Amino acid sequence: MTADGAIAAAEALRIEGIHKSFGSLEVLRGIDLVVAEHEVVCLIGASGSGKSTLLRCINLLESVDAGRILVEGEEITAEGVPLDRIRRRIGIVFQAFNLFPHMSVLENVTLAPRKVLKTPRRQAEADAIELLARFGLSDKRDEVPDRLSGGQQQRVAIVRALAMKPDILLLDEVTSALDPELVAEVLNVIRELAASGMTMVIATHEMGFARDIADRVCFLDDGIICEVGPPEQILNEPRQPRTRQFLQRIIEAGRL
Amino acid sequence: MTSAGRAQRRGPDPRAVRSSLIALVSTVVVFGGLAWIVVHAPGWPAVQASFFNREVFEESLPGLLDAFVVNIELFMTAEVLVLGFGLLLAIMRSLSGPVFLPIRVMSNAYTDIFRAIPGVLVIFVLGFGIPGLGLVDPRTDQRLFGILALTLVYSAYVSEVYRAGIESIHPSQEAAARSLGLSRLQSLRFVIVPQAVRRVIPPLLNDFIGLQKDTVLVSFIGVVEIFRYAQIESAATYNFTPYVAVALVFIVVTVPLIHLVDWLVARDRGGARPRAAATPSRLGAL
Repeated sequence: MTADGAIAAAEALRIEGIHKSFGSLEVLRGIDLVVAEHEVVCLIGASGSGKSTLLRCINLLESVDAGRILVEGEEITAEGVPLDRIRRRIGIVFQAFNLFPHMSVLENVTLAPRKVLKTPRRQAEADAIELLARFGLSDKRDEVPDRLSGGQQQRVAIVRALAMKPDILLLDEVTSALDPELVAEVLNVIRELAASGMTMVIATHEMGFARDIADRVCFLDDGIICEVGPPEQILNEPRQPRTRQFLQRIIEAGRL
Repeated sequence: MTSAGRAQRRGPDPRAVRSSLIALVSTVVVFGGLAWIVVHAPGWPAVQASFFNREVFEESLPGLLDAFVVNIELFMTAEVLVLGFGLLLAIMRSLSGPVFLPIRVMSNAYTDIFRAIPGVLVIFVLGFGIPGLGLVDPRTDQRLFGILALTLVYSAYVSEVYRAGIESIHPSQEAAARSLGLSRLQSLRFVIVPQAVRRVIPPLLNDFIGLQKDTVLVSFIGVVEIFRYAQIESAATYNFTPYVAVALVFIVVTVPLIHLVDWLVARDRGGARPRAAATPSRLGAL
């Protein structure tokens, strides 16, 4: 067992020795990470360090070349595991929202509960309306995504993932495609989720946000986890030279 | 627009008037000239009598329109079947993964072969071949073989249109659908195909224009539709005017469809701009 303080709670996600290559490019070079239930882990690191790929591997959108991923003790990377059944337990929100443009907000949110969980339409809509209200989107339920601001679209995408009642929520740089003035509304939604106990793995460039919200911060560099620890330690007193270098560049860019 | 700009628009712009006049004169000169040449050609009286005979036209038109109902039946039925079968072929081709290789190969071979064979040959082979097998009632309506042949040929073209549409949908849409737990087929059905179909409506209609015109080929297996009826009329009157009448009927039916396609294409091209412009004002209102 590790000594990082997360051992008290039950284990939500265990990643062991994940490797992933695209052609000759090795993106993940042996990742180990354990996430406890109700824990929020932020992944930081330069573009191309493997944050997004790691999240896509956890959601099984990418197959891993080596290593294992376990969700609540069940190995999801084993042969013959039904992918669709796993994916509904792990929600993911993308940088570019990826809402379905031909459907209204309500249809976006209810599609998967109705077709995957076979929730009756009336029930699925009632659940969706409640979730939309919780995130201040009640008046947008009949709009199509194109008519919403980026921040609203991203909040709908989060609601869409939550509608499947996932055990774990993965957030892939969800504010990177937003205009600066729209970032806060999305971050507030994530803060509320963290407060409600949602287990989350968040890839982000928002260091201030990571400091606020994360139980632990992982610094990824060149496909490996270079340093992991509480946010104050990683962001204020990094031990690894590469972490210091990365944070130095962030500070120079005025992002911390 | 400033008020000065609007004031200018009140009177006709002299430059616009001048260019309209030039266009009008040039059109009259070109088409008038061509008409003059045709009408003064040495053989014109004979051509006029055998192709543009008013009496024959008026006599044959009602019968031709009755026969055209058969063409309408042919293309309406075939269009519905083509929409379904073409989509099935396209989905078969878009299945990824080694397990589905035989299905992809089958679909590829199908579209290759049926785009390569002239449609009239398919109509012949089916129209005379299937009854020859002795498996179906020899009195089976030949129109059914015509519909079948047109469906087989046009599904090959239409599946290519669908496939282009499916491939134009960004992979992130499928990633989003799959990440929610939808299966591959559910992603196709609820997310990919509905978006793809919207994008390919203009090229689909284009193929249907071709299908409408190719219904005359079914006359080759003995179906009395508008073209066959014109042949009969023509033989009875020793006059070609019924064929000209057929051409007119097709113009009347097809030209509006062609313009609908052009309008849809223009609308899709312009569609992105007003939306992009709407975003800042929307934010301003927040």
